[in-house]
Amino acid sequence: MTVVDAAGLTAWVHEFTRLVHEQRDALTQLDAAIGDADHGANLDRGTAAAVAALEAQAPEEPAAVLKTVATTLIKTVGGASGPLYGTFFLRAAGALDGDDGAAFATAVRAGYEGVVARGKAERGDKTMLDALGPACDALDEALGAGKPLDEALRLAADAAAQGRDATVPMVARKGRASYLGERSAGHQDPGATSATLLVEAAATALAGRG
Amino acid sequence: MKKLINDPADVVPEALRGMAAAHPELRVDHENRVVFRGDAPVRGKVGLVSGGGSGHEPMHAGFVGTGMLDAACAGEVFTSPVPDQVAAATQGVDGGAGVLHIVKNYTGDVMNFEMAAELAAAESDTEVVAVVVDDDVAVQNSLYTAGRRGVGVTVLLEKLAGAAAEEGRPLAEVAEIARRVNATGRSMGMALTSCTVPAAGRPTFDLPDDEMEIGIGIHGEPGRRRVPLAPAREVAEMLVEPVLSDLDMTGGDGVIAFVNGMGGTPLLELYLMYAEVVAVLEKAGVGVARNLVGSYMTSLDMAGCSVTLLRADDELLRLWDAPVRTPALRWGA
Repeated sequence: MTVVDAAGLTAWVHEFTRLVHEQRDALTQLDAAIGDADHGANLDRGTAAAVAALEAQAPEEPAAVLKTVATTLIKTVGGASGPLYGTFFLRAAGALDGDDGAAFATAVRAGYEGVVARGKAERGDKTMLDALGPACDALDEALGAGKPLDEALRLAADAAAQGRDATVPMVARKGRASYLGERSAGHQDPGATSATLLVEAAATALAGRG
Repeated sequence: MKKLINDPADVVPEALRGMAAAHPELRVDHENRVVFRGDAPVRGKVGLVSGGGSGHEPMHAGFVGTGMLDAACAGEVFTSPVPDQVAAATQGVDGGAGVLHIVKNYTGDVMNFEMAAELAAAESDTEVVAVVVDDDVAVQNSLYTAGRRGVGVTVLLEKLAGAAAEEGRPLAEVAEIARRVNATGRSMGMALTSCTVPAAGRPTFDLPDDEMEIGIGIHGEPGRRRVPLAPAREVAEMLVEPVLSDLDMTGGDGVIAFVNGMGGTPLLELYLMYAEVVAVLEKAGVGVARNLVGSYMTSLDMAGCSVTLLRADDELLRLWDAPVRTPALRWGA
């Protein structure tokens, strides 16, 4: 069954955009505590522009959907989250080969690895990788065990949320929060929080697709 | 929030409209949000491009002009510009001698300028060299942080490298001077109040009336530690001593001393602070060769200041004294 078509990926981006808009102020407040109070505003602006670009261009190829999102985010978001989320979608677009759950998981992992390379961070640094990494692992593991994609994505979203929650006691080693040193502990990472929304959005948008 | 704005979403483009109206000698590309020298590209001269989030005015657009920057890219408030902006600036200042990117060391700025340089390499034969400024001693430069932040030295570096480019020096030499300035300058900042980002609508952090933050950056991010409010004399020691213990400034030709306001501190207090800084330097046996006092690299409406010291030599002093004609810095021209 075709689960990863242009319509499904477009629905994913729409749902991510909706969640970011809904959580905009919460993301900004998390960023105000350990960063510079712009994460919600920037991602909201960028995802809204990505949705507008998808509506204007209506790409038919699944990879073209991801690439349109990537270039729009790189053009509009700025800061660290623009290049990082942009690179995630760009690498995912390049790695997308096929239309089943396994192809989706491969694309998402390529996106994750792109973020690792661009940001030169690793898990445990209190960044978006702390949500994306566990999500990729959970997705691969569930699909490997023969679970259907929507169940696997639900498990991935749970893993992302756990990873996000685990950032609270961490001392940041990358990004603006690292300037605070020990004072960054005790706060949930805004990047891991928005990355969890990205995985949540996939679980919601691709539910019932196999 | 009380600000002289219309819609928080329009602050940057509307400010650029005002900048264009106030400074007809500059050329503003409103679509890409880039401020150019009116005569860019200058044939045969290395082009200097900087940029960063808005909210630090007059940096960077206020430093565009003869003897300093050729173009400045304005990002959203406290958000680095995007690669397309930097690429447009790079193309617009390429007079055939290459382009120097002056990048403050923040994760977002470094990544966006890197992506812009990759674009420039892929789409043109413009030679681009990037120099990353990281002078803030409040941040430990280690594997466990994003590295020291680029703060006050950026202003001095843009002036000094700009003067070198204006003399017609080749890209490698201009970049070498920029690296030397970064290697020999250090800064430390403090805040009396937070700032309010227009889109956020409330102060980024709470700071009680009887406390101050030591070791802040320029984005309203909290500092390294919070201490009881102290007289200016003690604040000067708290800022100067970490700088001097990080880099030996004694001997030689003295220093360029820069007391910078964060946006919400009156010049009266900045001059008072400068006197205290000079007193601390005298006690440490450090002579002041040149100085700069004023709000040149701000953090919106934050009250506070930073102190930057740059170890001077004959060449740097000559470049410092060279003519400069920009909206925010002008002498000799």
